Amino acid sequence: MLMAIPLMLIVLLFNYMPLCGWIYAFFNYKPGVPLFRNEFVGLKYFKLFLTDPIDMMRVMKNTVVFALIGYALSPLPMVFAILLNEVRSTRYKKLVQTVTTIPNFVSWIIVFSLAFSLFSSDGLLNELLRKLGLTKEPTMVISDPNAVYWFQTVLSQWKGLGWSAVIYLAAITGIEQELYEAAAIDGANRFQSAIHITVPGLMPTFLVLFILSIGNFISVGFEQYFVFKNPATSVNLEVLDLYVYRIGMSNHDYSYGVAIGIMKSFISIVLILIANKIAKKVRGASII
Amino acid sequence: MAHSQVLTKRESAASNLFDWFIYILFGIDALLCIYPFWYMLIYSISDPIKVSAGVYLLPRGFSLFNLQKVFELKGIGSAVLISALRTVVGTGLTVFACSFLGYLFTKREMPGRSFLYRMLIITMYVGGGLIPTYLIYKSYGLTNNFWVYVLPSMVSAYNVILIKTYIEQIPASLEESAMIDGAGYFRVYISIIFPLSLPIVATISVFAAVGQWNSWFDNHIYNAGTESLTTLQYLLYNFLNESERLAQILRDSGNISDAQAAASRQLTPKGVRMTITLIVTIPIFLVYPYMQKYFIKGIMIGAVKG
Repeated sequence: MLMAIPLMLIVLLFNYMPLCGWIYAFFNYKPGVPLFRNEFVGLKYFKLFLTDPIDMMRVMKNTVVFALIGYALSPLPMVFAILLNEVRSTRYKKLVQTVTTIPNFVSWIIVFSLAFSLFSSDGLLNELLRKLGLTKEPTMVISDPNAVYWFQTVLSQWKGLGWSAVIYLAAITGIEQELYEAAAIDGANRFQSAIHITVPGLMPTFLVLFILSIGNFISVGFEQYFVFKNPATSVNLEVLDLYVYRIGMSNHDYSYGVAIGIMKSFISIVLILIANKIAKKVRGASII
Repeated sequence: MAHSQVLTKRESAASNLFDWFIYILFGIDALLCIYPFWYMLIYSISDPIKVSAGVYLLPRGFSLFNLQKVFELKGIGSAVLISALRTVVGTGLTVFACSFLGYLFTKREMPGRSFLYRMLIITMYVGGGLIPTYLIYKSYGLTNNFWVYVLPSMVSAYNVILIKTYIEQIPASLEESAMIDGAGYFRVYISIIFPLSLPIVATISVFAAVGQWNSWFDNHIYNAGTESLTTLQYLLYNFLNESERLAQILRDSGNISDAQAAASRQLTPKGVRMTITLIVTIPIFLVYPYMQKYFIKGIMIGAVKG
């Protein structure tokens, strides 16, 4: 039993103590100077962000756009699973599942490296276009600010779709086989079975995942955008988390970065509480 | 009768068409997922002198020149070592911590059990955020320090839940007999609980190992100033950024010094990039078959709990 103490101490030190770091937001913190020797500035940094329309609006717009695209595509893994379930050959099904899940297990750095090798100016795509005489100027999708939203969406789907579908494939195996047999006896074809049995069977899973994701609404794929950002694309790529990083870590404006981070946490907590309310209503159980 | 027959015929035609449609759709999707990795492999092992003719489906010539040269690059040996070390140490620590805590949380007699359990679960939803975490860890002396790779992720709430749920299904009689023999919790955990929960332990080990191997942001934030602590992922990241800059400079200036040209005829930035990527990716492909066996199980247990 005593062994639990050091382990819970680790939780305290690494998960809870950082919350004490929120106090930095209220000081004009300079690295190297002990915290309380710094000037106390109250809510200055909170006001600073809220009255900085240019950066705040841009960053919030990017964050919301990526989040909304994510929500719009959230049924995709379910559709993927239902369609894959309709594949008759078990070996083909297994092969597809194996191959489409792999990208989930490599880091975003690897994804960046692969994307770079395919889409940069000396990449495969431009090499092919040049050989076929289709373009003179290389197409630079990686550094095109107008391509950011759809290109990053394609990348995140490439990496995550197969993996996200796994949970639905598992849920499909949990649907009672007798339902399908009864439907077949009643003359239902495979499309009708899919729509009237599989889809309703997966809805609870879809709803739980959807509700859980509400709390993460403003925490969209940090690592992905971090590795793909460059001076040209950051206009449209810089989401809230990246902005906090730039202010706090790159510009060493720690206090300002902490203040923005705190506001972000509060929005997240409110969203989680809302999600919890919805969960209680929809399925009678809370998620926390 | 005749009417329904026509319908079934039409239906079966539609069904056949649909079969073709999904076979092709998934075929394309699978190709899109695997081709970038295939391209990386064939580019790395192609003869570097011949790659300018284009590498598409098969390697052009065969040469281990890239691999050889990449392993001569400064810092790569140390990076492989650090990546391997954090994977082994990080996985070992987290497996021990999560499985032992998971076991203790199944014990009703544990003092403050529900409070501590709740305290752990809350960490899944609330955190300090990037900058406060950095400032606090820095005050612990965890910058330019190997332990920042493995300590923060050591106790994971999600893994503790998975293990606790699993251990609860083990018949209590098995450990009670050991308890009567006078063995303490730790003894019972080591000799009975741990061996019995191997399937779930294997599941979280594989996930923890992949997570450790793929981590790089902690390297960037905390240990960027210490070259000897650079991981393989971060080495690749730096190289990618540098080679982009290098390529940009070459494009802008329009002329390449002779020495660089001579070198680039053999060791191109792209060749090096692809080869390091290959080295970083190989371990994932090696453990992938094991992972596949376990991740469905992990997801199922997680789904039951969620």
